[in-house]
Amino acid sequence: MGLDAAPGRAGELLAVSGVSVTLGGREILTDVSFTIAPGEFVGLIGSNGAGKTTLLRVILGLQSPNAGSVLVAGKPRSRRNPMIGYVPQKFELDADMPLRARDLVALGIDAHRYGVPRPSRARRERVSAMLRAVDAESFADARIGELSGGEQQRVLIAHALIQQPQLLLLDEPLANLDLRSEQEVVALLHRLAREQQIAVLISAHDVNPLLPVMDRVVYLAGGRAAVGTTDEVVRADVLSKLYGHHVDVLRIHGRVIVVAGPGGERGADLTLAHGDEDASLELEG
Amino acid sequence: MSGVLRAVVEPGFFSSGPVQVALAVSAAVALLTSTLGVFTVIRGQSFAGHSLADIGATGGSGAFLIGAGPLWGFMVISIAAAGAMQAVGVERQRGRDVATGVVLGASLGLAALFLYWDSTLHNSSGETYTILFGSMLAISPATVPAVLGLGAVALGVVAIIYRPLLLSSVNAELAAARGVPVRLVGAAYLLALAAAVALSCLAIGAILSTALLIGPAAAALQLTKRPWRAIVGASVIALAASWLGVLLSYDSYYWPPRGHSWPVSFFIVTLVFACYLAARLVGSRGRRR
Repeated sequence: MGLDAAPGRAGELLAVSGVSVTLGGREILTDVSFTIAPGEFVGLIGSNGAGKTTLLRVILGLQSPNAGSVLVAGKPRSRRNPMIGYVPQKFELDADMPLRARDLVALGIDAHRYGVPRPSRARRERVSAMLRAVDAESFADARIGELSGGEQQRVLIAHALIQQPQLLLLDEPLANLDLRSEQEVVALLHRLAREQQIAVLISAHDVNPLLPVMDRVVYLAGGRAAVGTTDEVVRADVLSKLYGHHVDVLRIHGRVIVVAGPGGERGADLTLAHGDEDASLELEG
Repeated sequence: MSGVLRAVVEPGFFSSGPVQVALAVSAAVALLTSTLGVFTVIRGQSFAGHSLADIGATGGSGAFLIGAGPLWGFMVISIAAAGAMQAVGVERQRGRDVATGVVLGASLGLAALFLYWDSTLHNSSGETYTILFGSMLAISPATVPAVLGLGAVALGVVAIIYRPLLLSSVNAELAAARGVPVRLVGAAYLLALAAAVALSCLAIGAILSTALLIGPAAAALQLTKRPWRAIVGASVIALAASWLGVLLSYDSYYWPPRGHSWPVSFFIVTLVFACYLAARLVGSRGRRR
């Protein structure tokens, strides 16, 4: 497993080493270390409350760790690092909000700047090119609040990518998407990562949609992380050690199901978090 | 043409001093409140805006009690209340609304006391009416420079924080990740909102001032999907309603009951409401789905 740490090593885009976070007396993350190379596609897998969002916020500089360090291209992380793009957890967008998909993408260029924006041809074309890159042209002039979940994700991805970051962080972008939108978003991210050499760190509670595209996985449970390729990490022995009690990993039809073994007191949680509906539906059919 | 104009605009309208003051004040108020109103609606903070406006009654009545100008009373209380809202926290919507409601109740209780003293000690109920419902044609010309200055400064603040404010109104986390100082931008917005509400209280009264804050913005949001156009649209609606309101009030001197003008505030609020209804009708047809 361990491809972790040795911070600042040449060729690393992101180096997270020994990060621990305590919030309100509760330890959310404990000694989490991993690295991401340029262009790498990494899944951040864990159930709800495993600390995925907290870890992403630490990398973004929105949350200070109690211990450990985060280096981005060898330098300490800072707020508003143009090398990092971010797609936050799904949030409500009012249907009346006077903002077209196009406008939200344009805000990705210069939302941190003060003063009234000066429209220019170059700016408009840059936004249009970005919308084309994420296949969002057809709804570019619709209000963002009227778009479907999958369409909104594309627009948010375009918003994050227009400043040409080298690392894209996405917090549960597949949550609440139907199966088809889910596949489309994953395929889009995979294509963008390959074509533009953007490293992707994407959080999800289910490992399966990401299996075909992931280079490596950071698996979070109980605040600790196991890091490596899917074959190295999503195994009964590794995950049992991570969870602190026995779990089984079943592989059926190219899909992975993680279930609690007998006697695990937290087994019920685990089954709920990973016995995802899509997988079981597909197995029945 | 001039015959029609004379029929609509009663003689002496433009040369009347109070009318000139009313037109200047209502223009400043219309532009500022409708701009802030667009952001207030986007941020889902209409309750905060409404509360700031109502709390203005306390400031206005208090100022009258100690013989100060009402604008300063409205201004001081709005800024104090906005500061309190910021301190409670912008992140927790539910907690904020509850705290706002409690403060609003206490403040209106104080307003009841001040208004009672105002009317008994000064032996007039006119001032109470002015504080609650405004009387645009009775605004002192001496306040005009302060109104215009305050309006310009607050509009300037909004112009400066336009983009960071827009993104943090869409989603605070998204803005924070882009390096926007979300709390600072939120505080600057609340300050500008306090100024807008204070001016609106002066023009159409503490009770009605939300109508000018939320109404034009809500109408414009039905008609456009671009933020910039929403601001311009809301400003046009507010300005048209305000000036037409002043005109109709001036004309109504010759309406029954003869010899008494109808309140400007009534016309403005009614016109804004009509615009909102019309915008809803038009807007519901132009939707994508």
